Amino acid sequence: MTNTKGRFGVHGGQYIPETLMNAVIELEKAYDHYKNDPEFNMELADLLNEYAGRPSRLYYAEKMTKDLGGAKIYLKREDLNHTGAHKINNVLGQALLAKKMGKTRLIAETGAGQHGVATATAAALMGMECVVFMGEEDTKRQALNVYKMRLLGAEVVPVTSGTATLKDAVSEAMREWTSRIDDTHYCLGSVMGPHPFPTIVRDFQAVISKEIKEQILEKEGRLPDAVLACVGGGSNAIGTFYHFIDDKDVKLIGCEAAGRGIDTFETAATVNTGKIGIFHGMKSYFCQDEYGQIAPVYSISAGLDYPGVGPEHAYLHDIGRAEYVPVTDDEAVDAFEYLSRTEGIIPAIESSHAIAYAMKLAKTMDKDKIIVVTVSGRGDKDCAAIARYRGEDINE
Amino acid sequence: MSNISKAFENGKAFVAFITCGDPDLETTVKAVKAAADNGADLVELGIPFSDPTAEGPVIQGANLRALKGGVTTDKIFDMVKELRKEVTIPLVFMTYANVVFSYGAERFMTNCKEAQIDGIILPDLPFEEKEEFDGICDKYGVDLISLIAPTSAGRIAMIAKEAKGFIYLVSSLGVTGTRSEITTDLSSIVKVIRENTDVPCAIGFGISTPEQAAKMSSISDGAIVGSAIIKILEKHGKDAPKYIGEYVNSMKKAM
Repeated sequence: MTNTKGRFGVHGGQYIPETLMNAVIELEKAYDHYKNDPEFNMELADLLNEYAGRPSRLYYAEKMTKDLGGAKIYLKREDLNHTGAHKINNVLGQALLAKKMGKTRLIAETGAGQHGVATATAAALMGMECVVFMGEEDTKRQALNVYKMRLLGAEVVPVTSGTATLKDAVSEAMREWTSRIDDTHYCLGSVMGPHPFPTIVRDFQAVISKEIKEQILEKEGRLPDAVLACVGGGSNAIGTFYHFIDDKDVKLIGCEAAGRGIDTFETAATVNTGKIGIFHGMKSYFCQDEYGQIAPVYSISAGLDYPGVGPEHAYLHDIGRAEYVPVTDDEAVDAFEYLSRTEGIIPAIESSHAIAYAMKLAKTMDKDKIIVVTVSGRGDKDCAAIARYRGEDINE
Repeated sequence: MSNISKAFENGKAFVAFITCGDPDLETTVKAVKAAADNGADLVELGIPFSDPTAEGPVIQGANLRALKGGVTTDKIFDMVKELRKEVTIPLVFMTYANVVFSYGAERFMTNCKEAQIDGIILPDLPFEEKEEFDGICDKYGVDLISLIAPTSAGRIAMIAKEAKGFIYLVSSLGVTGTRSEITTDLSSIVKVIRENTDVPCAIGFGISTPEQAAKMSSISDGAIVGSAIIKILEKHGKDAPKYIGEYVNSMKKAM
């Protein structure tokens, strides 16, 4: 699917300053070497299993299934990973790769703070320096994660440019990388940016669908009818989809953050409302105005509050292989509360977008159908914000 | 022969960068005239972009002020057509790939030709992606300017061989902005460029003083100054053109 310049159909590519070209070429060469290196893969498997707690559980949500009265619902519990989200899968891979490349410093962007915490964690474990760029707005929304990153030894740089959210954190991390390349690896947190990042991050997250496939075959003796995941940049979604792409009977459904609705300007549903463009190193779909100015997007979820989507998702949309559906703030918050009450699992507000759509979808399906929903992260970080959303002021 | 070569016929070239619409387009017109009247050999007109990832804080600020003021690509084309009634030096656009892509590359370059824009600089379009626009640029006689960076080892000859208009040699790592010192070994990069092309080469990023302009143009064909000019605009607003004229004059004299 990927050609030499990292294309997914017309999407992808390497739209970056000349200053960074040798760095991404070096990264691509190193990755091509190490991805087939048995020692590298053994080390990574060991980290994922012994340190991050993989494989993650595929849990049959029996109460939810019975309550909704339709398809059988399984939850892929990425929330049970060390650091509480799927982000650690990618970070351990990239940190190990960076270390093999002789890099001593990791930089990263973060929205909700999950990728920042995961990067700070890997840096602490591997004895690397770490700097995380985070929109100033998000440092306020996610103060606890800022503290965690500092506790883990990382420096957190609040980004004040633009809308002071995730896209600005990405821009600032790219700027930082152009000024210091020799010892620094940019540990990008999603399946976005210039080639080879969308491929590298997808490969490291593909462990999610690899496990789902094995686990569902063991439990049910067949593949699911649909797999669902939330989509911001799209890393947990591509991880959830990847090993099912060739299984045409398995529906792939990405749940985008519609914010206050796709008919409003306060939305971050890129595939549903954006158009094709070139930004942050890639060609893909972006929320933008008629002159190509990137739109200030909105979602209750800081992790999905991004105006673009990974190029492989744009391609899966173009060829009709995956479906991307919008889920509003209200629906996500309802799902956040529903899963907590029904299954005793507090999902991240990001993951709640996928839960919300699963609740709608399951009801429309027969009882002999099976759907798998990836719970990309746990919701502890969101409790104070959701309480506020419901008009209750609590101290974190 | 590219019209841009005219900028390099008058000794070392002084290239001025001005963000269109900061603080408004009337001031931009006056600022470009002031620069041209005081010795600028080429002006880079920045079309503002919401998320200019190759810029430091000074030019980021100019982009945001201009967009806040309601500037659009269409309004900038209209301004350039007005400007062309009085300004004859080569003019190039400097913007980001998405501004051209979303407008439609063919439509964009048609308008460039009409407005007598001689070239375009897109910092997020490296050699590997230039086929996105270079065919259309050629069709309308707009030079797609190549950039070479301190980290371009092993790539300089490849880029130089296909360069058009002029080569923008980035002086230092990082983003645009003034620097007290430029430490990159630029002479050896220029040497490789010279071995591979006759297209002139100007150095930009970090240049603000007459001494730096003199030094950079002594090892190349010219100096490009952006942030230092934007700082004048930031400080003086609508009154900036007069000060920009004085500044350009002092820089050109030193070269």
